[in-house]
Amino acid sequence: MVRFENVGLRYGLGPEILRDLNFQIPPHSFQFLTGPSGAGKTSLLRLLFLSHRPTRGLVNLFGHDISQLGKDEIADLRKRIGIVLQDFRLLDHMTTYENVALPFRVMGRSESSYRKEVIDLLRWVGLGERMDALPPILSGGEKQRAAIARAVISRPQLLLADEPTGSVDPTLGRRLLRLFIELNKSGTAVIIATHDIALMDQYEARRFVLHQGRLHIYE
Amino acid sequence: MSRTDERGVLVDLGQERPQLPARARNMSPIVPRASIHGRALVAVVAIMTFLASMTTGTVLLVSASAAEWQSDVASEITIQVRPQAGRDLERDTAAVTEAMRAQAGIVEVKPFTKDESGKLLEPWLGTGLSMDDLPVPRLIIARVQPGTPLDLGALRNRMTQVAPSASVDDHRAWIERMRSMTNATVLAGFGILALVIVATIISVSFATRGAMAANRPIVEVLHFVGAGDRYIANRFLRHFLRLGLEGGVIGGGVAMLVFGFSESIAGWFSGTPVGDQFAALLGTFSLRPSGYIVLAVQAVLIGAVTAVASRQTLFATLNEVD
Ligand SMILES: Nc1ncnc2c1ncn2[C@@H]1O[C@H](COP(=O)(O)OP(=O)(O)O)[C@@H](O)[C@H]1O
Ligand SMILES: [Mg+2]
Repeated sequence: MVRFENVGLRYGLGPEILRDLNFQIPPHSFQFLTGPSGAGKTSLLRLLFLSHRPTRGLVNLFGHDISQLGKDEIADLRKRIGIVLQDFRLLDHMTTYENVALPFRVMGRSESSYRKEVIDLLRWVGLGERMDALPPILSGGEKQRAAIARAVISRPQLLLADEPTGSVDPTLGRRLLRLFIELNKSGTAVIIATHDIALMDQYEARRFVLHQGRLHIYE
Repeated sequence: MSRTDERGVLVDLGQERPQLPARARNMSPIVPRASIHGRALVAVVAIMTFLASMTTGTVLLVSASAAEWQSDVASEITIQVRPQAGRDLERDTAAVTEAMRAQAGIVEVKPFTKDESGKLLEPWLGTGLSMDDLPVPRLIIARVQPGTPLDLGALRNRMTQVAPSASVDDHRAWIERMRSMTNATVLAGFGILALVIVATIISVSFATRGAMAANRPIVEVLHFVGAGDRYIANRFLRHFLRLGLEGGVIGGGVAMLVFGFSESIAGWFSGTPVGDQFAALLGTFSLRPSGYIVLAVQAVLIGAVTAVASRQTLFATLNEVD
């Protein structure tokens, strides 16, 4: 599903942040991406999400060489990927409900066709009472859960999550991890970037460790 | 696509599953209306539409009055009989008048008498002169039945036969000059319209860029959830279409009021010297119903120009963003 060959990434004229990345992510797989702060976890997720282009090497996503893709094709591929960013990126003028429903709206689905699904998911992540609240009044943890809900609502084939349990207590962290595991069982490949060892210890999965720009894989 | 069947079981709430409210939710627009500082744009579009409407209205008035004048003047023929040595001016004038009356297609012939001719010259020559001392030519005004094709060459021959010093003038040169003046006015009108439209496009383009810059976070999030450029552009476009139409309706509406108002003012003043001056210059000073339709169409057109300009800018900007 995802294949990296000799991929390197640098910002501007700086040093290579990521070097000689070679790996594959098969469908239905589950992996943690870890490494110290500044190791390049976010950068790697952005490569996977096509919001950065590699400075060298080959990235193949869903069978497409991404260097050959136009803007519209990239938009279509992104519909198959869910992403949770560290800064959440919720739209402040929309309620929690509307933020979470946004991927469906962009797909052109009618509100009645997804209402139940969105409300169920919001209740599951503990935002049932906050559905009509606007993001500026949500706590950090609530924003994080809304961002996660938005990423998983359309059941993407690939889910990328950047420190998804960074702002929540361990109990809620476990609950969110269970959500990712459920999603994985229903067919989504999951990549969770985290430096939370306790979280990784809760689930047996492949570990991608970034160290000094290189990737080490522990099956 | 068997995934579709599994929808709804992503999270199994088990005993937790509560009753769902079935109410439909009011969805806020993806690009909030308040985020687009539209008031300035509405004002610009309104002013531009107003200027365009005034221009078009004036051009319509001028060409309508010119057409009126032209048809008035074109239905008139002036014959000048000059005094000539060895000929009796009175008799020549009478003969030409008779000959004109005999012509087919001429409905009214009015010779100016000696005194009347003198009156015509009074403003230039004063009252102290005796007309008998001056070789003043005589004028004969003939009115042509409207729509009659008149053979002017034949008419000229006939008149010189009757009186060798008679010259026939159908005001063709004057009409030509009028026509070229009207054309120049229309051309100037088109020039102004073109400038107004260019200025509108530039303003709209700036406003669109501003709105997109202000809503950059929204554009980014839309990219994250897989929205294509077309989808994003359309979220913005509906606002600009609305702003453009609003401006068009305000500007066009005010212009129509101005024309309607000046029409009634002209009505109040009719009969007074001022009103008559205006009537002489601008005809009835009223737009025909078709004129108002033209103004309405123009207002919608400027609204459409706003939308198209905004759309072009949106796609250009989205291409820069990535
Ligand atoms: N947009 C950027 N421009 C320049 N340097 C960046 C940018 N984003 C990240 N970096 C640098 O790349 C390195 C890796 O950052 P990041 O991918 O955010 O690491 P992590 O998510 O593992 O903490 C850091 O040294 C960071 O300063
Ligand atoms: Mg990071």
